[in-house]
Amino acid sequence: MNEATPLTLAALGGVVSERSGVVNIALEGMMLMSAFTGYVVAFQTHNLWLGVLAGVLTGVLIATLHAALSISLMVDQIVSGFVINILALGITGVFFKGFLQEASVAGPGVLPTWEIPLLSKIPVIGPILFIHQPITFAMLLAIVLIQFLLFYTVWGLRTRAVGEHPLAADTVGINVYLVRYVAVILSGGLAGLGGAYFSLQQIGQFLPNMTGGRGFIALAAMIFGKWKPLGAFYACLLFAGAEALSGRIQITGVHIPFQFLGMLPYLLTIIVVAGAMGRAVAPAADGKPYRKA
Amino acid sequence: MDLVIEWGQVHALLGENGAGKTTLMNVVYGLVRADGGEIVFDGNPAAIHGPTDAIRLGIGMVHQHFMLIPPLTVAENIILGHETVGPLSTVDVAKARQQVSALANRYRLEVDPAARVANLSVGMQQRVEILKTLYRGARLLIMDEPTAVLTPQEAQGLFEILRSLAKEGKAIIFITHKLGEVIDISDRITVMRHGKVVATTTPRESSPADLARLMVGRPVMLQVDKRPARPGKPVMELQQLVVEDDRRHTAVNGIELEVRSGEIVGIAGVEGNGQNELVEALVGLRQPRSGTILLNGRDVTRTSARTFISLGVGHIPADRHRMGIVMELSIADNLVLATYDRRPFASGIVRQLSAVWSYAKKLIKSFDIRAGSPGQPVGSLSGGNQQKVVAARELGRNPKVLIASQPTRGLDVGSIEFIHKQIVTQRDAGLGVLLVSSELDEVLSLADRVAVMYRGQIVGVLEGKDAERERIGLMMAGAA
Repeated sequence: MNEATPLTLAALGGVVSERSGVVNIALEGMMLMSAFTGYVVAFQTHNLWLGVLAGVLTGVLIATLHAALSISLMVDQIVSGFVINILALGITGVFFKGFLQEASVAGPGVLPTWEIPLLSKIPVIGPILFIHQPITFAMLLAIVLIQFLLFYTVWGLRTRAVGEHPLAADTVGINVYLVRYVAVILSGGLAGLGGAYFSLQQIGQFLPNMTGGRGFIALAAMIFGKWKPLGAFYACLLFAGAEALSGRIQITGVHIPFQFLGMLPYLLTIIVVAGAMGRAVAPAADGKPYRKA
Repeated sequence: MDLVIEWGQVHALLGENGAGKTTLMNVVYGLVRADGGEIVFDGNPAAIHGPTDAIRLGIGMVHQHFMLIPPLTVAENIILGHETVGPLSTVDVAKARQQVSALANRYRLEVDPAARVANLSVGMQQRVEILKTLYRGARLLIMDEPTAVLTPQEAQGLFEILRSLAKEGKAIIFITHKLGEVIDISDRITVMRHGKVVATTTPRESSPADLARLMVGRPVMLQVDKRPARPGKPVMELQQLVVEDDRRHTAVNGIELEVRSGEIVGIAGVEGNGQNELVEALVGLRQPRSGTILLNGRDVTRTSARTFISLGVGHIPADRHRMGIVMELSIADNLVLATYDRRPFASGIVRQLSAVWSYAKKLIKSFDIRAGSPGQPVGSLSGGNQQKVVAARELGRNPKVLIASQPTRGLDVGSIEFIHKQIVTQRDAGLGVLLVSSELDEVLSLADRVAVMYRGQIVGVLEGKDAERERIGLMMAGAA
């Protein structure tokens, strides 16, 4: 569940953004930047919660940049996302060397573990669902919330419509740009929370490139989960399980090179994208800028 | 331009492609901004800055390309933008379905509100579009080329719906370039040419020939002038041909057909009944799953498009932008796209540009392509002239058989006349032609024999003189 937390948050971000028709490969960069700013703010203020907030806001901010580039300026969405990823890697790397490398000895610690009274005493599922650190709880809530928002609310219907056929949405008076901005920014907030996980919940430190490509695995999970929040979560559990497994296997000394297990998420994604498990169909207008006549 | 629409009438807006009909209506619906002038609605000047304003006034538009979202249900499509809202801003699906059903019953436009739009026929999708406008309280309905995708019977059904809507006091603007249906459906007719109104009349005061003359600006031959065919030996024979579409579904299901030299075989049918897959198989672009294609008696079933070309198959594709021409290349290069690598246009690996140039000049002249120079990019030509480039290339290399798919789609009446004449002339010189067109009028006026295609099969072959509209229409719908 812990490994799955940032993956799921980022994958949910991907689902929201792509359902509106904007490809978001910047999830990786958003998480990394958020992990960084979250840590810096928590370090300076000695308040982990302010750190988490800073992480979310960083995601929102970068998402706004991605939205402006890809929706308003119609920069290719992949290019925009790629630029953001490189930028995040560079900025966090430089500042880490400049300020954090020496200072990170006494960090702000990690978020506490919460135990929900009574519910956590339920055998088997109690500990799985009800004993966690805060960001993991937030992730579980986010799955339910996004599933509800996307498939049961007016906002969700409009968002999906815009991702499938923006011109049709426009002709019934829906503001395509607004819908896409909101979706991308929400996506950034989710990824930002996922980023905060690394530095504030997992290890209480910032390390260069600590997200290690999980933004991309999240995208894979999103595809694997057929652009559905719950589906993406299950995929994340699977990928996180593979990751955890590779750790365990090394300890037990079975001779499978750990790189092979590390490949598993990517391998599964290739199989899914190739259509082996029923075709995964992306929203029809995914990745296509909308230009008003 | 000026245009007055009255309540309770079906008002046809007639004009050639590019006459400005759709642009005008997009202005009314707020999708395109007008440079000047004003719109008066119900006696008041109306400021329409976007579709929202138009919808609020009671203007609804059914676009030529449907504005439906295939994965969503009928009800979801209809309420989109004006949702029935429950607690927590949820979509009240039950209420939406109930309202859609009520509306559908009232106007006798039965649809299943819970069905996915992707699973509906084109005729049903059009109903959904009409319901969508009615749901928004439309009193003025704009229908942009609504019959382009319908069978003749479906079109009749649509006309009935439109008439009953008009009887209720709604106003309907019916955009079209088909002369026959204008006379059928409308109370008033406005003819547009080059962005201007050239006449406003009524069906009683006008004939198709008058309207055609007004549309084009000169008298037009509505019927193709041709002598009876004198067919020779078969040039192309299809035996039990089965072809799959991109999703591996059977699109062409066991077709038997032959095209003889000196005749035009027309394939009639509503779009999407396997015509595209058939055409692609007949020019070597798609491998059939089974069956045989014989060219002059030679089996070419599993060869390449190149073989088809070198054995004398010409191809005018339905989508000229995607398959017919390369926009960025010059007219001259486009004219030798199929033959650039052989004499006299190349010797060895070197292109012979002077030969290409003079050949291009010759074709530009004989096909009346309106262009400055052979070096001009094809993309800078008008649609009609682009299509003439395609026709010139394919007919210019003296094919044995021509596969022409929607050869006049989107062209003005003048260009249509020209291309039809070219095809008939070549037929008389011994060319075998397979004409695939969803415009029944085109098939009926050109073809010597008509084969009707429905769900991947030929459901009947009629000799030109037996080919009646009604019967073909029924066959197109799979009813005969």
